Amino acid sequence: MKAPQSPTGSIYDIESVISNLLWWGVLASLLLIGIGTLLCFVHSNDYGVHGGNTSDLQALIRPEAVMSFTLAGFFHGLVSGQGQSLIISGLILLIATPVLRVAISVVTFAVEKDWAFVVITSIVLLLLVFSFFLGKIG
Amino acid sequence: MTPLLFTLIVASTSYLAGLLGSLVGVGGGIIVVPILTLFLGVDIQHAIAASIISVIATSSGAASSYVRSHVANLRLAMVLEIATAAGALSGAFLAILISPRWLFVLFGSVLIYTAWSMSKRKDSVNITLPPDPLADRLRLHGSFYDPATRSEVSYRVTRTKLGFAVSYIAGIVSGLLGVGGGIIKVPVMNLAMGISIKACTATSNFMIGVTAATSAAVYFMRGEVQPFIAAPVAIGVLLGAKTGARIMGHLKNDLIRWIFVVVLILTSIQMLAKGLR
Repeated sequence: MKAPQSPTGSIYDIESVISNLLWWGVLASLLLIGIGTLLCFVHSNDYGVHGGNTSDLQALIRPEAVMSFTLAGFFHGLVSGQGQSLIISGLILLIATPVLRVAISVVTFAVEKDWAFVVITSIVLLLLVFSFFLGKIG
Repeated sequence: MTPLLFTLIVASTSYLAGLLGSLVGVGGGIIVVPILTLFLGVDIQHAIAASIISVIATSSGAASSYVRSHVANLRLAMVLEIATAAGALSGAFLAILISPRWLFVLFGSVLIYTAWSMSKRKDSVNITLPPDPLADRLRLHGSFYDPATRSEVSYRVTRTKLGFAVSYIAGIVSGLLGVGGGIIKVPVMNLAMGISIKACTATSNFMIGVTAATSAAVYFMRGEVQPFIAAPVAIGVLLGAKTGARIMGHLKNDLIRWIFVVVLILTSIQMLAKGLR
């Protein structure tokens, strides 16, 4: 039993496409994370050789273990097939997916000429974008 | 224990956490963080960071269909999200000011609250809804097609400002403890704001992903998201939640819910003990 058609047909069709994008974004990011993890163990030995040993584990989960993220290191890692860089790219994509979703909503509300919600959604978008920069400082 | 074994254990327990969580209506984070910190010796900051990543995955994975079918109220979500996202930022910043001990105590308290909230009977309460001019002006009232009853369900939204305030608190809890925060928002949306329960959970599910992305960005840029820990958690919880959603119709929910309440209470005692020792 199909749901009844929504009044403003075309806008909600766009929303349908966008909703699918959300899901594909999650799927893509999880694939990157999964393949990256595999590479860590079998290729780039990020977690120690042949599955690692106990001291490798301690090094990975100790409180001071901070993931140092530099763009240069990240891209170099991607190119050389380093598993961790692939995981990080998946994580970035995962975090970015809701951000993209909100950005698209700004556009759809603008198309609907719903200016109150263009403002509201833009504020949310600003908070999201801001969080990346605040994180750098904090 | 080797990193490989650790990864496998974390992935499978995250799967169970996601599965169980989706059966009873909470996120996997509530289960994952205690398991990582109490049993696997992971630092609570890393556990929270990994958990918040999994919250994005679960929410985004499920929310698409809710928004598409309009069960999730996109307009209401965006209005409340201003508060939740601001709360998440506040929470993520508070996280470095609060010593890990108190994170354990706060987490244990949230677990107790969750247990209490889940054990209450979920009656549909007939409340008189005061008019809300703000909700009128922003056209927040919604309706959706419910396949279960094969009818259009309409509801009016009220007490938007209260919802806004509660959303801010839910956002802080989410950003600080790496959980979704739905357990705080949904009862308020349903009982105080007059929103039909399916719309509440769907809207909350959608909002949670945006909220989690806000604090996740902060954790990520601070370097607290350890790929080694976050990767198996994210994959495990999402797969578990997806499985749970699929088998949800075939199980007796009440028994699971009560077992969960007991587990929550036991876990919260352990978390509190670890923080207060």
